[in-house]
Amino acid sequence: MPQRLPRNPFASSPSTVVSLPSSEKPTSRRLSNSRGNKLTSFFSSTPKTKEQQSAQAALLSAVTAQQQYLLNNPSPHISAPSLSLPMISLSTAKAGEANTDEPPTTLFQPPSVAEAKRQARVDAQFGPLGAQSHRYVSKHMGGEWPEPVIDEPPYYYLLTTYISYLILIIFGHVRDFFGKRFKPDRYRHLTAANGYAALNSDFDNFYVRRLKLRIDDCFARPITGVPGRYITLMDRKTEDFNRNYQYTGTYTETLNMSSYNYLGFAQSEGPCADAVEETIKKYGISSTSPRADSGTTDLALEVEDRIAKFVGKPSAMVFSMGFATNATSFPALVGKGSLIISDELNHASIRIGARLSGAMISSFKHNDMDDLEQTLREVISQGQPRTHRPWKKILVVVEGLYSMEGTMCNLPGLLKLKKRYKFNLFVDEAHSIGALGPKGRGVCDYFGIDPSEIDILMGTLTKSFGANGGYVAAEKHIIDKLRVTNAATIYGESPTPPVLMQILSALKIISGESVPGQGDERLQRIAFNSRYLRLGLKRLGFIVYGHDDSPIVPVLLYNPAKMPAFSHEMLRRKISVVIVGYPATPLISSRARFCVSAAHNKDDMDRLLAACDEIGNVLQLKFSTGIAGGADNPPDGVTPEMEKEWQKANGLQGVVTPPRWSLREVIANGVADVKQTLR
Amino acid sequence: MEFQDAQQFVVRSINEITNRFQKVPGSAMLIRYIQSSYQDDPVRSAIELILVIFFIRYLLAPSYATHKGNFVKLTEEEIDDLVDEWTPEPLVAPQSAFEEAENEKLPVIVGPTGSRVKLSNGRTVTNLASYNFYNFVGNEQVKEKAIQTLRTYGVGPCGPPQFYGTQDVHMKTEADIASCLGTEGCIVYAQAFSTISSVIPAFCKRGDIIVADRAVNYAIRKGLEICRSTIRYYEHNDMEDLERVLQKVIKEQSKKPLTRRFIVTEGLFEAVGDCVDLPKLVELKLRYKFRLMLDETWSFGVMGRTGRGLTEAQNVDASQVDMLVGSLAGPLCAGGGFCAGSTDVVEHQRISAASYTFSAALPAMLATTASETLNMLQTNPDILVQCRENIKAMRAQLDPRSDWVHCTSSPENPVMLLALKPDIVNSRRLSIGEQEKVMQECVDEALINGVLITRLKSMPVANGANGKDEGWKLQPALKVCITTGLSKKEIEKAGVTIRHAITKVLTRKASSKLALPAAS
Repeated sequence: MPQRLPRNPFASSPSTVVSLPSSEKPTSRRLSNSRGNKLTSFFSSTPKTKEQQSAQAALLSAVTAQQQYLLNNPSPHISAPSLSLPMISLSTAKAGEANTDEPPTTLFQPPSVAEAKRQARVDAQFGPLGAQSHRYVSKHMGGEWPEPVIDEPPYYYLLTTYISYLILIIFGHVRDFFGKRFKPDRYRHLTAANGYAALNSDFDNFYVRRLKLRIDDCFARPITGVPGRYITLMDRKTEDFNRNYQYTGTYTETLNMSSYNYLGFAQSEGPCADAVEETIKKYGISSTSPRADSGTTDLALEVEDRIAKFVGKPSAMVFSMGFATNATSFPALVGKGSLIISDELNHASIRIGARLSGAMISSFKHNDMDDLEQTLREVISQGQPRTHRPWKKILVVVEGLYSMEGTMCNLPGLLKLKKRYKFNLFVDEAHSIGALGPKGRGVCDYFGIDPSEIDILMGTLTKSFGANGGYVAAEKHIIDKLRVTNAATIYGESPTPPVLMQILSALKIISGESVPGQGDERLQRIAFNSRYLRLGLKRLGFIVYGHDDSPIVPVLLYNPAKMPAFSHEMLRRKISVVIVGYPATPLISSRARFCVSAAHNKDDMDRLLAACDEIGNVLQLKFSTGIAGGADNPPDGVTPEMEKEWQKANGLQGVVTPPRWSLREVIANGVADVKQTLR
Repeated sequence: MEFQDAQQFVVRSINEITNRFQKVPGSAMLIRYIQSSYQDDPVRSAIELILVIFFIRYLLAPSYATHKGNFVKLTEEEIDDLVDEWTPEPLVAPQSAFEEAENEKLPVIVGPTGSRVKLSNGRTVTNLASYNFYNFVGNEQVKEKAIQTLRTYGVGPCGPPQFYGTQDVHMKTEADIASCLGTEGCIVYAQAFSTISSVIPAFCKRGDIIVADRAVNYAIRKGLEICRSTIRYYEHNDMEDLERVLQKVIKEQSKKPLTRRFIVTEGLFEAVGDCVDLPKLVELKLRYKFRLMLDETWSFGVMGRTGRGLTEAQNVDASQVDMLVGSLAGPLCAGGGFCAGSTDVVEHQRISAASYTFSAALPAMLATTASETLNMLQTNPDILVQCRENIKAMRAQLDPRSDWVHCTSSPENPVMLLALKPDIVNSRRLSIGEQEKVMQECVDEALINGVLITRLKSMPVANGANGKDEGWKLQPALKVCITTGLSKKEIEKAGVTIRHAITKVLTRKASSKLALPAAS
């Protein structure tokens, strides 16, 4: 059990920040309770035990505090009216709204069953905002762009991680040894037979069959319905260790921490869905032709125009798939004699596009501007390999927000280098568009940088807009050229009208043109939720990667066995999370990744924090050293400016205490502290 | 004094180090070993010392050469100068006049697409440029189903299939396609165009051998390019040449360890329109132990009695094709692509095919639409019959009657590719570029007369390529796509318009172009 250090060194001071009584000791009781659960869960093959959430106990106190808070800050409840369909609100009574025709003695008019169901459905896709204070504007506060501090666990965990993999590999080979002799049909695709070579390489397949298969039930869980605030999983079980699944026919509604639904536009109701329905009626479902033949519709042009305006570029073009956008754009931009310098953690689509282009490829350390400068100096001075001729052009490719790390690119740093080294800059905003910036316009918006300083802005429409496809935005002459040279325009299918309409209506909402206020609410909710969750996790003692405002929150697990354990424990508490391990991450840093959405509200974040708190204790995940944040607030009367001096005076200079806040303190302080610079 | 201090310090630290060293278990043994071996054989000790030094150096050295050979060492000032001096080319080359015209002439459809479309210039024209063969795009039943799906699933699945992006509708569509084709399994991709480009590298690795048709489409070419296998081409649709290449491969490989071998070809060729002889292909593949990847993007939903593709049309069991790739975006009027095959083949792709793993899943409504239209084809094969009637009607107007063009497409292919007759190309000495211009003029002329057709677009040339690419050159052609949204009469009328447009352009050309050979 992780030792509970006295969290607040100033606890003796009579007026601590936390005003909640700390007499109650729920942690120890909860722990023993969940330890029993842990044991049973480890020995049962099905993770889907339909038990009540033990998180509830911990939440109860939090919810009480929350309700108290809400009473103090009455919220105008803007989300519900703005979300519901205008036509429905005209014809039917609103849930929870006081009806003025009723005699004043009726204090509460329960909504009809149908109405309550509808409201529950809407809330399951997009949660109501708890209080107006649960909003924050995502924006770079100026100053030097901080590199996120990478915290490391005690060596014990690193060592056991390596040993775990070693054991897995040894076991895998032993099982292979016997399996190949006694169950040859299972190795059919790995053995040469009949004069045909093996379909898959035995070596390549080893990871899949011996490591991934063991935890396969944590991946590709099939869902049904809308992947909004909640996501409905189709329950499945396996009797042959994840080789085959049987569907039990039941469903589990879980809190969705896994979908890239940043702005919460995954909705089957509301203005977007209504517009899409109209479009299907009018346009049909497909444009049945590539863009270059007869797939260019007025709708597509309107969307392109809007995207261009949204990202702040003169021109843009849309594609039917984000992956193909990258895979086909690079060959149209660069080729032989050019150089692509790519961040080492760039997405697979960028790597494939770069390889297809025929250009030379070089890479630099993730987000390391010094390494990039070193690389640039070397390649420019050396020229092309062998011939030493100067490069025709150099394209530096970065992502706005990295999907596994939660880090943002250092755009100010890149632009400083760009001025000196004259390279072209390609920013892939797959995750950052919509999710970052006060107006949701991506990294440029976040840093307050003029988009014209970046040559190519690429992004996907799958994530923040709840649609599908990708776009490229640039100067008009570049886009005009791309239209005739890009293979996806010439041969690939064009985006379908309903998808285009989803993009269009989402863009209209974000920019505040339709349903005024809702766009800003969505943007500010995701910013708040991201910071709140990140701060909470750090204070609980988890190692969390990424920048403060990023909606991707990876929690480090390290040991491979903790991946399925974490996923199963979360599922028992009805929360869906994504776990990622090797090869998507380095071997040791397996992680769970939370994708925060505007559809979540503070209650959801608290529920997640409570679950993490319990699981973190059970799985021993709270091992942060405190260097990456989560520190205690300074005592009363000490402002952040005075803090340095105060530390000096008290002899606490350079002392980093590992943060191990209790859940109650985290929840009680979260809302206020999120608005400050995170510490 | 100072010297004494230093001496004391050295002595102290030496003592410290020896103390520490002696505490390490086994250190005494090591020292004994070194002492005795030095006494016995000093030369051996020297060699061992050298070995140890070499070993340490080897461990510290980077595992690969960081600079290949001709790295020029430069001073910081020189580098600064070179950086100042370097001026990159503009990111894109300026547009050529032809490209500019193409961008300008691109037809923009206002409102819904269909057999008759309204263009942005206000004219309503007959649309023979969309892959809307069965007019599913305007089908109310399909729309109804799509709206239902929208109200249950929203639009996008907001995640890749491996991370909660797989919806029950995807599994249903996969099962529908698999049962329709009669294969063990099927996997649905989010875009048809990038399906085959991902399927090929998922199976073909370095050292494997791929034998491909020379006329395969752009997507296959990109797949071949990225997979790092050895590629051999055979003459387009020439089964004898294929056999010759296969024999050659077998002969060359007989001494080497067994590698995976694949034949990659298309069902209906996108660039030529003709049809592969599948029974012969399967026979060859079985005889020479190759696996067959068949791209049925243009034949699935088109060929066969119920549109199950080439396997149905030529009575071949679909399980004989190892990887059968098709599109849901073309004839089925939905979106996405698929690859059908055995369970091993399908499951392998779920983690190794880049455009499946790293891309968001297909929107639910496109998946249900695909299931719906596929079902409509199965239950009502008359749609296909009607389409074929229309193809026949159009063909009658163009292929035998036109003096200038001939149709290279297979008789049942609703995408009719009309290329200039070889004797005309020869007598006028038309280069590929000139033929393209002629074709574009024909397209423009047809549009003036109220028929929207398009032409086969040439494959984008690699950036920075020197133009010496002696690969297969695609024959410029007009592309006329037949639809059941038009009656036979209307099709015939459109056919006449197209024929006259071609005649007009080529007789106009004749005055300028035919004069050339006479003058020389």
